[in-house]
Amino acid sequence: MPGLEDLYKEIILDHYRNPRNSGELECPPAHKTEGFNPLCGDEILLTFRLSDGKIEELRIAGHGCSISQASASMMSAAVQGKSLNEVRALTKEFKAMMSIHEDSISDEAASLEDSTTFQLGDLEALRGVVKFPVRIKCATLSWNTLLTGLDELED
Amino acid sequence: MTLPSDIKAHFPLLSEIINGHTIVYLDSAASSQKPLEVIEAMNSYYKTINANVHRGAYEIAAKATDAMEDARAQTASFIGANSPNEVIFTKNATEAFNLLARSWGGANLGKGDVVLISDMEHHANIVPWQILSAEKGFELRWIPLTQEGCLDLSDLDNLLDGVKLVSVTAMSNVLGTLNPIAQIGDRAHAAGALMAVDGSQYVPHLPSNVAELNADFMCFTGHKMCGPTGIGVLWGRAELLDAMPPFLGGGEMILDVRRDGFTANELPHKFEAGTPPIAEIIGLGAAIKFLKSIGMTNIRNHEIELTNYALSTLTARYGDDIVIHGPKDASNRGGVMSIEYRGVHPHDLSQVLDQRGICVRAGHHCAKPLMRELGVGATARASIYLYNDESDIDALADALEPAGEMFAL
Repeated sequence: MPGLEDLYKEIILDHYRNPRNSGELECPPAHKTEGFNPLCGDEILLTFRLSDGKIEELRIAGHGCSISQASASMMSAAVQGKSLNEVRALTKEFKAMMSIHEDSISDEAASLEDSTTFQLGDLEALRGVVKFPVRIKCATLSWNTLLTGLDELED
Repeated sequence: MTLPSDIKAHFPLLSEIINGHTIVYLDSAASSQKPLEVIEAMNSYYKTINANVHRGAYEIAAKATDAMEDARAQTASFIGANSPNEVIFTKNATEAFNLLARSWGGANLGKGDVVLISDMEHHANIVPWQILSAEKGFELRWIPLTQEGCLDLSDLDNLLDGVKLVSVTAMSNVLGTLNPIAQIGDRAHAAGALMAVDGSQYVPHLPSNVAELNADFMCFTGHKMCGPTGIGVLWGRAELLDAMPPFLGGGEMILDVRRDGFTANELPHKFEAGTPPIAEIIGLGAAIKFLKSIGMTNIRNHEIELTNYALSTLTARYGDDIVIHGPKDASNRGGVMSIEYRGVHPHDLSQVLDQRGICVRAGHHCAKPLMRELGVGATARASIYLYNDESDIDALADALEPAGEMFAL
């Protein structure tokens, strides 16, 4: 049986206690997208600005457990300054680590197969979440919300 | 303690080891554990008399029918119904509410009518009315709450204006609040409205009598009262049920079917289309016999005592670091305690508790309007039943401190 230390790495607790990029950007010009976890009531509000096809600035608001908050905080640090394709590839990689392969993402990202594999870096700390299946949705909430936001922008 | 000292021995699951600890089960408001008496009754049905009911003329079919109808009679007497025919078996309390909304509501509600519910309802007593309201155009009105988490009845006369049905929970599944159902029923009747009661959290824990509650309908579920999942009950006064159109159509619910139409069966079969969950009904009957053998008054007294112990232990130990929602006096509440501790998120709290084998529920408890009233996204909820004792509360109290050290901001 996995122990709590597998789930709650120090770096996760650090991001939980000191979330990066928290707050909201003014909309417009920023784009706003919301995500919910209907099982636990967690809510996340992402606001982000694009420039030259890159995420120039991203802020996170809402409330949730340590895993969802830490994952959102790490995501905010990881995606800033990245192109949309890079962000999608990173999301794919993160969700693969969470053992969630979604066909829609694989198809969309097929053209990215040859692109650089990202170093997940700090995000690796979330790998232990997979051992606690009910918490996977906590870790992926912010990422799915960001994907929704990108899709809305491109429609 | 007023209950038998070997009560836990009736529940095989309560001796399971979880993460190296004997399980501490504090989630009976979500689903109770099952005594051997129930498990064996269901096994015995499958092993010795498994056959469809109300059909075959052979011996085991007759025995299966008798066992099922005996469970119906047990259920009727357990809640003080006038007749077993007033007990309609459903899948769960949610289906019972959908039956009530679709059948009674579909025939009786329209523009200008009002259904009055409250801010502390479970989604099962909200969403069926919202779905129907969107079709029929009646108004759904809400009784607000007081600061302490009780129904605010100060404006009830105005709220009752134009109301055809009041539908309120007898006990909150989040706050533990016991509502003055008999009094509300009285005033509903005086205003010309019917009274429906969500008994899901009440019937398992207190002596229940539909006449004393001034109820016209009551919905509850088997799996929260030591019975199996997959079986719930809609009780209604016979003359009301008689006047209602069928809900689901199919086998069992008809007297005759012709090319040009059908004739509905009599109560209770009119509302029980298809082969019923026979083993589950028999299991519910066994659960009721078990609860009767312990005594509902004894169970209630035990839970008052243990709830008082929990409230005083947690408050004495953690003071201002802990908030326990709902009434502070155990005589006004059941053993459902939603806890906030040092801002630790309920998911994180329940994860730490799980490491010690302690089962509590983290989430919105299917009561999102209430969560908004409380200003929280979720709560951690500990809920007790007849098999819990002070050692379970002590285990919970001991586990809060390390959770706080890890997660308090």
